[in-house]
Amino acid sequence: MSEITEATLDEPLAPRQDKLRRAFFRFRQSRLSMLGAGLVAVVVFFTIFGTVLAPYPEHVAGGVATSTRFEPPSSAHPFGTNELGQDVLSLVMAGTTVSVLAGFGVVLIGSVIGTLFGAVAGFVGGWTDEVLMRFTDLTLTIPSLILAMAIAAALGPGFTNMVIAISLSWWPGYARLVRGEVLAAREEVYVTAARAIGANPGRILFRHILPNIVSPIIVKMSLDMGFAILTVAGLGFIGIGVRPPTPEWGTLLSLSRSYMPDYWWTAMAPGMAMFLAVFGFNLLGDGLRDILDPKARR
Amino acid sequence: MLYFVLRRIVLLVPVVIGLTVIMFAIARILPGDPVALAAGPNATQAEIEALAREFGLDQPIWTQYFNYVAGLVQGDLGTSLLTRRPVAADIAAYLPATLELVLAAMFIAVAVGIPLGLVTAVWRNRWPDYLSQVAAIGAISMPRFFLGLLLQLCFAMWLMWLPLGGRLPIIVIPPPFVTGFLTIDTLIAGDLHAFTTALRHLAMPAIAMALSPLATIMRMMRASTIEVLQQDYVTTARALGLPRRKIILKYVARNAVSATLTVVGLYFGWLLGGTVLVETVFDWPGLGLYATKAIISQDMMPVIGVALVIGLLFVIANLIIDVLYGVINPKVRYT
Amino acid sequence: MVQPLLSIRNLHLTMTSFDGEAYVLNGIDLDVRRGEIWGLVGESGCGKSLTGLSVSRLVPEPPARYGEGEILFEGRDILKLPMREVQALRGKHIGMIFQDPTTNLNPAYRIGVQLVDVALAAASHDASVLDCPAGAGRRERRRAARRLAGEMLDRVGIPNAAERLDNYPHEFSGGMRQRVLIAMALIGRPDLLIADEPTTALDVSVQAQILKLLKGTVSDHDIGVILITHNLGVVAETCSHVAVMYAGNIVESGPVAEVIESAAHPYTKALMAAVPTKESKRGSLKGLGGTVPNLIAPPPGCRFAPRCPLAIDACRQALPPAINVRQDHQAACIRLTEAQVLADV
Repeated sequence: MSEITEATLDEPLAPRQDKLRRAFFRFRQSRLSMLGAGLVAVVVFFTIFGTVLAPYPEHVAGGVATSTRFEPPSSAHPFGTNELGQDVLSLVMAGTTVSVLAGFGVVLIGSVIGTLFGAVAGFVGGWTDEVLMRFTDLTLTIPSLILAMAIAAALGPGFTNMVIAISLSWWPGYARLVRGEVLAAREEVYVTAARAIGANPGRILFRHILPNIVSPIIVKMSLDMGFAILTVAGLGFIGIGVRPPTPEWGTLLSLSRSYMPDYWWTAMAPGMAMFLAVFGFNLLGDGLRDILDPKARR
Repeated sequence: MLYFVLRRIVLLVPVVIGLTVIMFAIARILPGDPVALAAGPNATQAEIEALAREFGLDQPIWTQYFNYVAGLVQGDLGTSLLTRRPVAADIAAYLPATLELVLAAMFIAVAVGIPLGLVTAVWRNRWPDYLSQVAAIGAISMPRFFLGLLLQLCFAMWLMWLPLGGRLPIIVIPPPFVTGFLTIDTLIAGDLHAFTTALRHLAMPAIAMALSPLATIMRMMRASTIEVLQQDYVTTARALGLPRRKIILKYVARNAVSATLTVVGLYFGWLLGGTVLVETVFDWPGLGLYATKAIISQDMMPVIGVALVIGLLFVIANLIIDVLYGVINPKVRYT
Repeated sequence: MVQPLLSIRNLHLTMTSFDGEAYVLNGIDLDVRRGEIWGLVGESGCGKSLTGLSVSRLVPEPPARYGEGEILFEGRDILKLPMREVQALRGKHIGMIFQDPTTNLNPAYRIGVQLVDVALAAASHDASVLDCPAGAGRRERRRAARRLAGEMLDRVGIPNAAERLDNYPHEFSGGMRQRVLIAMALIGRPDLLIADEPTTALDVSVQAQILKLLKGTVSDHDIGVILITHNLGVVAETCSHVAVMYAGNIVESGPVAEVIESAAHPYTKALMAAVPTKESKRGSLKGLGGTVPNLIAPPPGCRFAPRCPLAIDACRQALPPAINVRQDHQAACIRLTEAQVLADV
C-alpha cells in the first residue's frame, strides 16, 4: 500500500465498502428488518444453548414425570406439561436445535447443489444447459413436499435422512436463479478481460463470476430459511423425520393434536415457536433483499 | 392461439416421461423393501416372493418401467400394494376433493389478496399499509398446520360453529356425482342443506390453505400497483381529469393484475402439493392424505401416480394462466 | 384589456430532497391569452416542466411545496382551489400532452375506451361537451362520447378514424399515438393546452406534422397553448410568444420574432448561438460553458451570473428584476445595455 496522503483521505471510500456502509445504514433504518434480526438472534441463541438452558433437561433427554401430566401453564411450567408430564417449554427450547439446524442444512445443501447445477448450465451453455435445465424444470413440477416425503420415507427416519430428502427437493430454485445470474455475468467486461488474459474456465467461473453473484444467492437463502424450517416441521407433523424422544417442533405439535381441546397449551408453545422463528427469518430475508438485491424488490 | 395451446399440450409428453423416470428412480433405487412391508410382519419369505411376482416387482427395473408406461398409455397407473386397488381409480376418487379445496383456497386468496394489494398500494406509506405489510409477512410465516389447528380449536371446539373435519358427515346423503365438487354437486341436486353442510366443512381448510398465498398475492399486487401508478399513462389520465377512483379501479388495476397473474399460476402448483398438511389436519379425503398414507407404508405406485397427476395439473394451470395473460394484456399474442 | 386565460404571478416552488430544500421555481410570471402559443424553453431541469405541471396541480406535494405566488386560471387561483375543483378543471378546461407517446397511452385498453373515458369525465362537469340532450341516459351519453371520439380522431388526421377506435395503442405508430393523445387532450374542449415536449420523442418529419396540427388547433378552437420544449427551432416555427427559463426563473419573454431577432438576455443569446442555422459556418457553433447551478444552495443574485460573460459584482447581490426591453418584451438582467452593445459588436 502506498502511504496515505491528504488527497487519499479526501477520496470517497472504495465503492464496495461504501455500498456496504450504505446498505448497513438502510438496514438499520428499517425497524422491521431489525425486529427480524432480533428474532433470528434469539432463535440462533436457543439453537446453541436451548438444550443446555432448558429448565428440565431430564425431560429433553426423554424422561417422563407421570405425576405431573397435563398441567396447565404455571410458574413452574410456563407452557404447561404434556401427556408424559414433560415440561413443554424445555422440549420447545431444545427443539430449536433440530428445526434450525435441519433448516440450515437444507438451505445449505440445496443452494450448493443448485448453484453447481445452475453455474455449470449457464457457463457451459449449449446442450449441457438444455439437459440440466430440463431436468431442473421437471423437478420443479413435482410438488416439493411430496417429493421430500417420498425420499424421506424411502430413506427411513432420522435427522440426516430428512435433511437430505428435503434438500433434494430444494435445489431447483437455486439452479434457475444462478443460471440466470451466470448468463448475465458471462457478458460482463471483467469476464471478457479474464478470458482475454487466458484464465481457464474453472477459474473464471469460481474466481470471477460466482463471487459477483453471491448477493442474490444469500438473499434467497435467507428468505428460504423460514420455509425450510416450515418444511422440516411439516415432515415431523406428518410423522416422517426425526423420531421422539428427540424433541422437534412439528412432531410435538402433531402429538398434541390428540389432546385437543382440553390440553390446548401443549400445542401453543411449539406452534408459536415455529411461527416466530419463521417470521424472524422472513423479516430478515426481506430486509436483506431490499438492501442487497434492490432490483428484485417487487 | 389454438396452435399455441396445441404445442404446449404436445410439450406435456416429455414432462410425463420425465416425471415417471424421476419417481421410479426414487421408488426403486432408494433402500427399503415395500413388498415386505405390504405383506405384513408375519409373512414368510415365500409369501413375500409371491407378492413381488404378483406385482411384477421381481423383474428388472427397466421391464417394470416399460410395463408401467405401457399401462399409463391406457390410463392405468398401476396397483396399490397396500389396498390392492388400481391407483387410477383411487386418484379419480380423491382428486375432486383436493381440487375443490385448492380452488376454494385460490379463490379466497385472489378475491381478497388482489383488492387488498391495490388498496395498500394506494395507501402507501400510511399506517394501514405498514400494518398490512407486517401482517403479510406474518401470514406467510404461519405454518399451515398450526393455523389449521388454531382454527379447529377456536371455531370447532370452543365456539362450535364449524365442523372439525371431513368433507361431509355420514348422515348426509352425498349428491349424485357430476363434478365431484360437493359444493357444486349439492347445488345441482338442489339440496340446500347439504350445500351449506359441505360449505361449512370446506371453510376452515380452505382458509388455512389460503392465508399464505393470499399474503403473497397481496404483496405482488401491491408492488405491481405501485409500479403502474408511476407510469406515464396514469399521469395522463389524471391530467385529463379522469376521476381518481376510475383511474385506480380501471386503468391501474387491470395492468397490475396481469403482472400478478403469473404468481397465481405458480401458487396453484404449490397449493396442490401443499394440501398434504392441511388434509392431514382436517382429515380431508383428498390426494394429499392418500399420498401421505401411501408414503408412510412405502407404497410407491400411488405416490408416483399422485406426483404425476399433480405435476400435470401444475403444468396445465400455468398454460391456463398464460392464455389468460394474453386476454388481459393484448400485447402478448401467442407466437 | 381582457383578462388573460392564465396568469402565473410570482410563483415559487420548493422541493424537499434527500440533500435539502431545492428552490426549483423562483418567481415565475407568465400571462397566456386565447390564441397565443407560448413557448417555454430552457435546459433540462430549469423548471419548465414543473411550471406546466403546476398549472394542473400535478406536482406531488410533498415533496413539492408552493411558497409565494398564484396561478390564476380565468381569475381563480388554482393553488387555493380545493382538489375537487382542480379535478374539474383538468381535461375540461386544461388539456395536457406529454413527451413520450409510447408510454402515455394505457397499453391494456383500446384507444376508443380511453378517449370515451376522458370525454365522459369532462361531460360530468359540463354536459355540453357531448352535444347530446341534457337528460340523456348512460348508454346515450356513452354513444355520443364514442361518436365524439371518432370525430376527434378524424380531426387530428387519423385515417379511418371510426374503425381505429377499436385498436390498441401498440397498433399505432409513434406519430399516430401522439395524434391520439392530442385528440384525447382536446376532446373535453379545454381552454388551455399544455404540451410538454410533445415532439421530442418523434421523428423529425413527424415533428413538423404534429406542430402544424397543434398550430391549426389553436386557430380552430381559439385556445391558449403552453408549449414546453428545449428546442428553439420548434419555438420559432410554432409559437407566437416565448419565455426563456434558466434555473427556475424566466430570464426573457416576449413575442417570438422580437425575442429571436433581438435577444436581450445573455443567456438567450448563448442559447441562440448554440442553434445551427443556414448561415452558421463549420466550427462557429458555441456551446455554453459551465453547468446549471445547484438549486439547493443557489448563488444569491442572478443565477446565470457564474456563467455569464458580462457578470459584475452587482449581479451577484440581488435577483435582477424584469426590465422592459420594448413593449411586451422583457428581460431580467441589469446589464441590458451592455448586452445590447455586445450584440452589436
